[in-house]
Amino acid sequence: MLEIRGLSACIGDKEILKGIDLTVPQGEIHAIMGPNGSGKSTLGYVLSGREDYTVTGGTVTFNGANLLEMEPEARAIAGVFLAFQAPIELPGVNNANFLRTALNAVRRARGEAELDAVQFLKLARAETKRLHMRDDMLKRNVNVGFSGGEKKRNEVLQMALLRPKLAILDETDSGLDIDALKIVADGVNALRSAEFSALVITHHQRLLDHLVPHRVHVLSQGRIIRSGGPELAKELEQSGYASLIAEAA
Amino acid sequence: MTFLERYETLLGKLPGDSALRAAASDAFRSAGLPGATRGRPSEAWKYTSLRSLAETRFRSGEPKHEAETILARLPLLDVPRLVFVDGEFSDRLSVHIANDGDGTAKSAEAPLSSPGSLKIARFADQPDFGTLTWPDREPMVALNTMLAEDGVSLHIPANHDCGTIQLISVATTDADLHPRHTIRLDAGAKLTLIEMSAGEGVYFLNTVAEIHVADGAHLTHIRLQDESLTAFHISTTYAEVAATATYDSFTLNIGARLCRTEVHATLAGEHATAHLNAVQLLMGAQHADFTSVVGHLAPHGTSRQTVKNVLSGRSRGVFQGRIEVARAAQKTDGYQMNQALLLSPDAEIDSKPELEIFADDVKCSHGATVGELDAEQIFYLRSRGVPDAEARSILVRAFLSEALDAVTDEAVRGSLERAVESWWQRNKA
Repeated sequence: MLEIRGLSACIGDKEILKGIDLTVPQGEIHAIMGPNGSGKSTLGYVLSGREDYTVTGGTVTFNGANLLEMEPEARAIAGVFLAFQAPIELPGVNNANFLRTALNAVRRARGEAELDAVQFLKLARAETKRLHMRDDMLKRNVNVGFSGGEKKRNEVLQMALLRPKLAILDETDSGLDIDALKIVADGVNALRSAEFSALVITHHQRLLDHLVPHRVHVLSQGRIIRSGGPELAKELEQSGYASLIAEAA
Repeated sequence: MTFLERYETLLGKLPGDSALRAAASDAFRSAGLPGATRGRPSEAWKYTSLRSLAETRFRSGEPKHEAETILARLPLLDVPRLVFVDGEFSDRLSVHIANDGDGTAKSAEAPLSSPGSLKIARFADQPDFGTLTWPDREPMVALNTMLAEDGVSLHIPANHDCGTIQLISVATTDADLHPRHTIRLDAGAKLTLIEMSAGEGVYFLNTVAEIHVADGAHLTHIRLQDESLTAFHISTTYAEVAATATYDSFTLNIGARLCRTEVHATLAGEHATAHLNAVQLLMGAQHADFTSVVGHLAPHGTSRQTVKNVLSGRSRGVFQGRIEVARAAQKTDGYQMNQALLLSPDAEIDSKPELEIFADDVKCSHGATVGELDAEQIFYLRSRGVPDAEARSILVRAFLSEALDAVTDEAVRGSLERAVESWWQRNKA
């Protein structure tokens, strides 16, 4: 379970998160919506430990552990996964090697046996097939020359392999056509279980039609201004953020 | 004893052309060690001073270290090897070339000849001694020419594919060593030559190689320099590349306190090709200098250079690359790229590309970049559970992969990758 209390964070001298309170119980999917610049991506980065953000207040506990004290790799091992809004290109790093290194690092730390190249490829091929990814995407350099949709699917592939307990999807739907959107949503739905939670950051209701959340939270200017059930996303689709923001102010 | 004093004591006892040696000693006497003499500074040695070398006294003595132990640390391949211990050919440690079931002669005194397909000889028998070198321009070549005592002479006959040969230098004592090699490939011949050097102690290896690649011949020349971190390593290579021939070289410098690899490649015939690729991995207070001069003398020549430096600690890397295109060398295609990755704020790279073009229809370009590891890339890897040190290692290797990919023989590339790995482990410690 993820529990965020009064979380504030800044980058440089700019305060972006101004006291976030949010609880995501095990097994639930929560959506975070909100206008550009409201701090949605920052929340994802802070939860996964990016160093250029400074936490200025508040606490984050994840399954009882103080998440903010952990190195990014320790968070990954504990089960936190961030699907990047703009996945990073790694020229000179083969995608299959990257995926196997990551998977084995996590397996090793969790006390599980590492996979050899053959075992890994079998597993990876099964997942790429499910995500309708071309086989050669394993042979190419990580995200180099990938289309926007291929990059997003590559993030979902990493998530499927690493089997996180908490997935943070940062606008994984942006730039995807409706078919790709379904594939991504199916990828997340396949992980659904009593031990899996997700924070789905999105602009649009569209993704939430395929990935139905338990709760929807609206973030504005670094604060959650409203929370509700799935119907809140539909309401926002109709009326926009402006009235909500005015109401909160 | 200074180098010149030693030369005086050896007068008349050294093999080869004594007039050549006398001229070289005059040249060395007037030039001195770059950076260690007063007078006008040398442009070719602008970023590398040999003052520390000048202040070190070397003496030959009893071996202090086991040659076998040093040899065993190298990423050797299971192919013939010619081993020199403290500058002298070691028959015992060498693994000879078997040709058609007829092995080479193995006496250290007699020429190591193999009739028919390949000739290997000792330095004294070299007919090519000094035909390509410029002792009057290069003081370290003058020093080598003055004091060279041993070395190998490889002669690959026309249209013969000689496979891979390792040429290894092992230093076991605090001496100054001046090996002198001649490699000659006749028309259409093929060879992969892997030079490796390693040792223990405070020694000075000053190698000169003269290389002739005749029409249509192909020489792949790999160098792995993994000297003791208290040693000095200077290597000067002259390669003359004839029509449609290829000189494909790759240098990996990871050892030595001070290192300079200098390559002069002359594309003398039409459609000749030269690749002068290099990687330097440095840490601590190491200094390594890769200096190249590519001379395009004939039309349709191609030269390619990718030189990458990874620098940690207070280390300093130097790249000097000069492309000269003569008036006759129309349709020359020259490319040069120098990139440095600085792993520490105290590391330094000096890069000096030079183009000198006298022909009007040529394509020549060069570029240089300097940077640090990308923080976003590191975070991306760490966010997938990869520990910080491993993430950095992956990214350094990714940086090097473009340069290492130029080594197409998988066994050879594997050997170099093992050397890179050992450098990385040492750097972490």
